[in-house]
Amino acid sequence: MSDRQGVSVDLNNLTRVYGSMRALDGFTLQIEPGEMVALLGPSGCGKTTALRILAGLDEPTSGSVSVAGKDLTSVPANKRDMGMVFQAYSLFPHMTVRDNVAFGLKLRGVDTAKRRARADAMLELVGLAVHADKYAHQLSGGQQQRVALARALAIEPSVLLLDEPLSALDAKVRVQLRDEIRRVQLEVGTTTLFVTHDQEEALAVADRVGVMSQGKLEQLAPPAVLYAEPATPFVAEFVGLNNKIPAAVVNGQAEVFGVRVPALAGSVEGAGTAMVRPETVTLTADEHGTATVASVAFLGPISRVHVTQPDGSIVTAQLASSTARAFAVGDRVRLGVEGAALLVV
Amino acid sequence: MSAATTGPSGWKRALLLVPFAIFFFLPLYAMADFSTRTPTGQGRTLQGWRNLVADDTLYSAILISLGLAVLTVALMLLLLVPTMIWVRLRAPWATRIIEFLCLLPLTIPALVIVVGMRDVYLWVTWIFGDSALTLAFVYTVLVLPYAYRAIDGSLSSIDVKTLSEAARSLGAGWGTTIMRVVVPNIWSGILSAAFISIAVVLGEYTIASLAGYQNLQVVIVAIGKADGMTAVAASLATLLFGFVLLLVLSVVTGRRPDSPTAPEPATEGSTP
Repeated sequence: MSDRQGVSVDLNNLTRVYGSMRALDGFTLQIEPGEMVALLGPSGCGKTTALRILAGLDEPTSGSVSVAGKDLTSVPANKRDMGMVFQAYSLFPHMTVRDNVAFGLKLRGVDTAKRRARADAMLELVGLAVHADKYAHQLSGGQQQRVALARALAIEPSVLLLDEPLSALDAKVRVQLRDEIRRVQLEVGTTTLFVTHDQEEALAVADRVGVMSQGKLEQLAPPAVLYAEPATPFVAEFVGLNNKIPAAVVNGQAEVFGVRVPALAGSVEGAGTAMVRPETVTLTADEHGTATVASVAFLGPISRVHVTQPDGSIVTAQLASSTARAFAVGDRVRLGVEGAALLVV
Repeated sequence: MSAATTGPSGWKRALLLVPFAIFFFLPLYAMADFSTRTPTGQGRTLQGWRNLVADDTLYSAILISLGLAVLTVALMLLLLVPTMIWVRLRAPWATRIIEFLCLLPLTIPALVIVVGMRDVYLWVTWIFGDSALTLAFVYTVLVLPYAYRAIDGSLSSIDVKTLSEAARSLGAGWGTTIMRVVVPNIWSGILSAAFISIAVVLGEYTIASLAGYQNLQVVIVAIGKADGMTAVAASLATLLFGFVLLLVLSVVTGRRPDSPTAPEPATEGSTP
């Protein structure tokens, strides 16, 4: 669609203080040209603040913002050449869909014919060309966010900013639109920062995911690495489900359920608590086993089996539903762990 | 089925409308009847209505009141619209203060306003001259409570912050954002504020009279002492002008896409 190549983005040591609260605390992030980075974290972790500072809608207390090597820290939002899709519906209610998409081009003095052609092309890209003459209140929430995406892309922004654009939509539409955002982003090649609190969303669309906590970036890594090798206890807990199992680490090997597996970098040496993903927990039917099946939750292709240990603690195992069918409440089982290395804290 | 459901509500509506129509239109009919009588009570004449333009004092007062209405609306909009938008966007902490200041004139009697503004108006008349049009300044203060409510209602119906940020991210400066994005979406509120202000200004008597200026209401009262027909004709003309303004208001605001009377349902189709 576009010949334009993405640009690099550098957020350097950003701090943002509101009264006594530090929304950002030495936040640093580099985004490669054409890359999509998702910022993930709980409410109040500072991810939206970081995005708004990059957009020019908020000012950092200290630190700098550079795009393609150019310092934009004190450049106002309307001069930054960035397209943004907001969490709240943001289409201009008094304009048609086409006029909304063409608004940024009109401000740039593009003539009517080119403006219209570009707006129609963008609407085609998001599959809404037939709705060009409608108003925002005649569209569903998902359609409005698609138009907002087309409007943001119509100006050929150097950076695309997505501020939880899917959070107001229902689950099915969210998944569809999430995939569509990724398809469009890959097609136009625009460097993109995607803020979300939904880990599934972040892991599904981003090249790299940054997990934030209390104004700081805890870990920035490709989704698979982030999931398999969490760098901190916070990341391990926030991304995916975890069982906290007592473990002992000796010479980089963690012993969990009597099984020895490699301990990840950052793990403690000696006694600690292993963060064990449910899908790495194995169950073996054993009438002499010390654990008992407490419940089985069917989730379609997978099932989660909750097992009670002798000390009363609960361990969750995630199994294929076809495998989980073999277990019933009250069955005696033996626990094990397989696969990836573990973080022990 | 539908007739059965709409029938009773239609009757109820008629039952309510008829007494209200009589209540409102009977005095207007009486005014029209009185303003077209001859002094002797024999036959009909339109002399009272002709005097609206033939009587120099009355004609001049009409022009002054219309001029005051235009100036007051312009000043009110210039003062209130940017302030209220700015408070919403950049200083939400000031919302209560602005609301309090705007509603304050409701609580102050006209006599107190006139006494209070005397010193200020020494400067006003020194700068702008001793014209009745200078009343526009005090009228701007007077219409603030009504105008504030109308504009505030419109601003509350849209997400000003998000719309402004969207416009800014697309390259719009503050002026463009306000004029091309915010104002068109609060147009109904601006029109309401303007028309209510016009109605207030055209009906204002106390302040003009106490300050010694000759606006329409002051002249109507003066004429009424000698020529009741002309005074009533002028009053009726003012009322009808107000009705027409409100009618225009309801027609114009009812047609705008930002306030659809019957919005079409969202089209889901094959796309989310």
